Amino acid sequence: MAVAAAERPATAGRLVAALKDAAGAALLALGLAVPILALRIDQDINNQPVLRPRWDDVALAVALVFCARLAWLLLRWARSGTAVAKPRPVSSGAGGYVAARAFAIVGAVLLVLYPLLMLALVGRAGAIKWIDNFGIQILIYVMLGWGLNIVVGLAGLLDLGYVAFYAVGAYSTALLVHNLGFGFWLCLPLAGIFAALWGILLGFPVLRLRGDYLAIVTLAFGEIIRLVLINWVPVTNGYAGISGIPKPTFFGLPFNASDEGFAAVLGIEFSPLHRTMFLFYVILALAFLTNWVTLRLRRLPIGRAWEALREDEIACRSLGINTTSTKLTAFAIGAGFGGFAGSFFAARQGFISPESFTFMESAVVVAIVVLGGMGSQLGVAIAAIAMIGGTEILRELDWLKQVFGPDFEPTQYRMLLFGLAMVILMIWKPRGLIATRHPSIFLRERRAVRADLVKEGHG
Amino acid sequence: MSAGESIVGPILAVEHLTMRFGGLVAIDDLSFTASRGEITALIGPNGAGKTTVFNCATGFYKPSSGRLVLCHGTWPAPEELDTLTQSGRRWAAATGGPVFLLERMPDYEVSARAKVARTFQNIRLFSGMTVLENLIVAQHNPLMTASGWTVLGLFGAPRYKAAEHAAVERARYWLDRIGLADRADDAAGGLPYGDQRRLEIARAMCTEPQLLCLDEPAAGLNPRETSGLTELLLAIRQTHGLSILLIEHDMSLVMEISDHVVVLDYGQKIADGAPEAVRNDPKVIAAYLGVEDEEVEKVEAEIAR
Amino acid sequence: MEYFFQQLINGLTLGSIYGLIAIGYTMVFGIIGMVNFAHGDVFMLSTFIALIFLMVLTQLLWVTPLALALFIVLIGAMLLTSLWAWAIERLAYRPLRGSFRLAPLISAIGMSIFLSNLVQVTQGPRYKPAPQIASDVVTLYQGVDYSVSVSHKQILIVAVTIVLLAAFWYIVQNTAIGRAQRACEQDRKMAALLGVNVNATISLTFVMGAALAAVAGLLFMIYYGVVHFNDGFTPGVKAFTAAVLGGIGSLPGAVLGGLLIGLIETMWSAYFSIDYKDVATFSILAITLIFLPSGLLGKPEVEKV
Repeated sequence: MAVAAAERPATAGRLVAALKDAAGAALLALGLAVPILALRIDQDINNQPVLRPRWDDVALAVALVFCARLAWLLLRWARSGTAVAKPRPVSSGAGGYVAARAFAIVGAVLLVLYPLLMLALVGRAGAIKWIDNFGIQILIYVMLGWGLNIVVGLAGLLDLGYVAFYAVGAYSTALLVHNLGFGFWLCLPLAGIFAALWGILLGFPVLRLRGDYLAIVTLAFGEIIRLVLINWVPVTNGYAGISGIPKPTFFGLPFNASDEGFAAVLGIEFSPLHRTMFLFYVILALAFLTNWVTLRLRRLPIGRAWEALREDEIACRSLGINTTSTKLTAFAIGAGFGGFAGSFFAARQGFISPESFTFMESAVVVAIVVLGGMGSQLGVAIAAIAMIGGTEILRELDWLKQVFGPDFEPTQYRMLLFGLAMVILMIWKPRGLIATRHPSIFLRERRAVRADLVKEGHG
Repeated sequence: MSAGESIVGPILAVEHLTMRFGGLVAIDDLSFTASRGEITALIGPNGAGKTTVFNCATGFYKPSSGRLVLCHGTWPAPEELDTLTQSGRRWAAATGGPVFLLERMPDYEVSARAKVARTFQNIRLFSGMTVLENLIVAQHNPLMTASGWTVLGLFGAPRYKAAEHAAVERARYWLDRIGLADRADDAAGGLPYGDQRRLEIARAMCTEPQLLCLDEPAAGLNPRETSGLTELLLAIRQTHGLSILLIEHDMSLVMEISDHVVVLDYGQKIADGAPEAVRNDPKVIAAYLGVEDEEVEKVEAEIAR
Repeated sequence: MEYFFQQLINGLTLGSIYGLIAIGYTMVFGIIGMVNFAHGDVFMLSTFIALIFLMVLTQLLWVTPLALALFIVLIGAMLLTSLWAWAIERLAYRPLRGSFRLAPLISAIGMSIFLSNLVQVTQGPRYKPAPQIASDVVTLYQGVDYSVSVSHKQILIVAVTIVLLAAFWYIVQNTAIGRAQRACEQDRKMAALLGVNVNATISLTFVMGAALAAVAGLLFMIYYGVVHFNDGFTPGVKAFTAAVLGGIGSLPGAVLGGLLIGLIETMWSAYFSIDYKDVATFSILAITLIFLPSGLLGKPEVEKV
């Protein structure tokens, strides 16, 4: 009896404390919401600036914060009653690797079957949207993520200007197509080579900088390239961009309704679905190629040198490794894959402009790589699908209009939620989703290395 | 018979090495030689400049002035050395064997070409990689060549597979020598401190060096681990005919295994000779232990003699 | 010649604004070694806060004279922006302080995206006009076809900057708070052991940086007469360039860098081409980092081997 009585005030005390904490959070939210949420600068009939109050939105936001904080505190309180967590071993057994491989193979098979699955689920009309806006879009980011993974994830070089190589690939394709009449399949490898060369050029002066400084310099270079694309109108056509880039053909057969077209030659009815599915399989093949090359390189001396570089550059140099050429190789190969992705992007869109190559793109790809977990191919793919798929799906949530009123535009909130998701995911899993590293060579068994032992690289 | 016996002359000659950082003179006109197949110890109070000497010798610092000559074979004649020095080149294939001017070489080249390996005062292992991976990374250069600068390796050429197999065998040999064979697949960062120190030495040995520079290898080791280290170093010297340059504070270790001791204080050499002679040198005692106020004049007079 | 002097005045004015923002970057980097990507967007947020506050005071509360209203807006904007910066540090950066280096950077980038989109969603995507303030002009020199004049706005900006800089310099150099900050910059663990409340000091650093950014925001709003949710990125990067140019971690360096960037940007637009002015700024950033990473007034960092 005495114990129960003693417990009750403690429970009541904790509840009061939780309520106070949540109230504090709500008060903070109120302070932050005023004035930016509370008063909106608008223009009246005479185009004069006025302030429109939105106190109901403020009340909603404050209430939301209160409830969320309270829920989180109560959840934590409930969970703290459970057993103490066992200390995790430094190296876990080989089972983890086998499970990861199995997961990856299943995922790959699903990806290959994806267009057919979508066709079966939503029929012809809906399938194009699902394969194109979702499938192809996500796969482009997966490929970009895998390409940048070599630079940031394996070699630990913080590159915030990756979009520059994406742009080089896209624009070189567009210019080759217009000025020299090359087809897509010839432009693709050339775009990759141009981007790789550009990577070496850019990398050479900056790769001896450490960590944050390398990040800022690469950001600066990315922006310089974007500004040059905007302003060098005679070559790049500035803001107007370059249009009229023909889509890839199936070994010379174009995807149109003509008699030489793909459908006619195969004797089936024409459908725009053919081209969409073909594009899907092209980007899937490119992504698989990126993945295969990365996995092979990881097992070769260069890949091991990248990971050692990420751990400790000075130790690498003391072992005779020329870290400058090692870094340049990572940079160039990563850039090359970015160029491939850019080339595909140009051909798929048919039109490119500098607006597609902002710092935001670089930030998204870096976020995907870091959120995936340093160097983990599977993690990067999952992160790309989650982040890009998650925000694209917002476009589909029309039913939210019924909840929040017809003025509510979910797509506006896309980037807002993206930024918030970045912060929350980073706090929840600072080492990324896949927090373990599998060694590339083993004597007896492949044991996973705990992520907190793996260094993140200082450039 | 150790490999060093048939070759004549020292392996490393430090000549008038001076290192200045801004206004601070870290090393002042230091000269000594390290004999082939011997263990040369570099000792002195903290801040004497010992690690700085290592950093100059292994290419991490560029000396303000001086010459560091490393020779793989018979020591070259003075005229050959002068020709090389004046030519501005970093190394030459002299009559006795390759000769290197270490002060002109960058750090990775000192390891790759001059075959000088080193360990660090603060352990610099690849903690996120396994023990085996650490030893394989050390053999990067021969493996890179065998993989055809990655291209051949990408397509699974047998030449690379054979080279990788040989590398694993060498790693296995060293793992047995340091007793970590059953922990080969564990993360290096999870090993106990003494094992990490030994792993760092094994990793340096995997680069097949001719001169091994160890920076305080016994720091933080208990007496049992220290004696294990002593055995390892003596065995390395015996079996591989390796020359070792050692920085140490543990005097018993130094006295037990060194053939030659050089003492530094405030960047200057204050003693140079056999361990026994150095131990009894009054200058050395004064530098380490200090001197009573009454005795200062007497000791200074003795030093001046 | 008159044209040059006019550009000089314009450049110094712009540079003052950049300098105020740059101080926030440099102080945060100095104390926790992190580039606060969200700082530029906090500045943008402060421009909106300042404008809304001003409109509240003039339209709803009918506060006159204008100087009094501006003063109240200044204090209010500083307080509210500091609250935002405090909240951001507490929620997005502090949980990641112990963990590895990329995590707070990604969190900061996410915060930056969140802030600019928050303002876009709540205030709308269009440019918001600000009332014309202090637009009167003082003609300094009447030339034949060009006159050099300085507007009241510009005098206000430079004067406010000087006063605030003096105040903050005093705080950093002569008060206990400033001492605690400098101690944390040097060695956080030691400062904590000596009784410095490290968490509070770091929070205070963010708050101070944000307060200065708020001042810059108010001045920006007055100078340009419009606010827009996208105005965080470019001024933010330019202010960061200024901090790097002046020497990251150095308060006078941030101001010096700001003035230089403002002058370079103005002169480039005036004499070369207005299109490529941002390219000029980014190129300076790249060149400074490659050739002079410690900046003009910063201290070079040497990694211990």
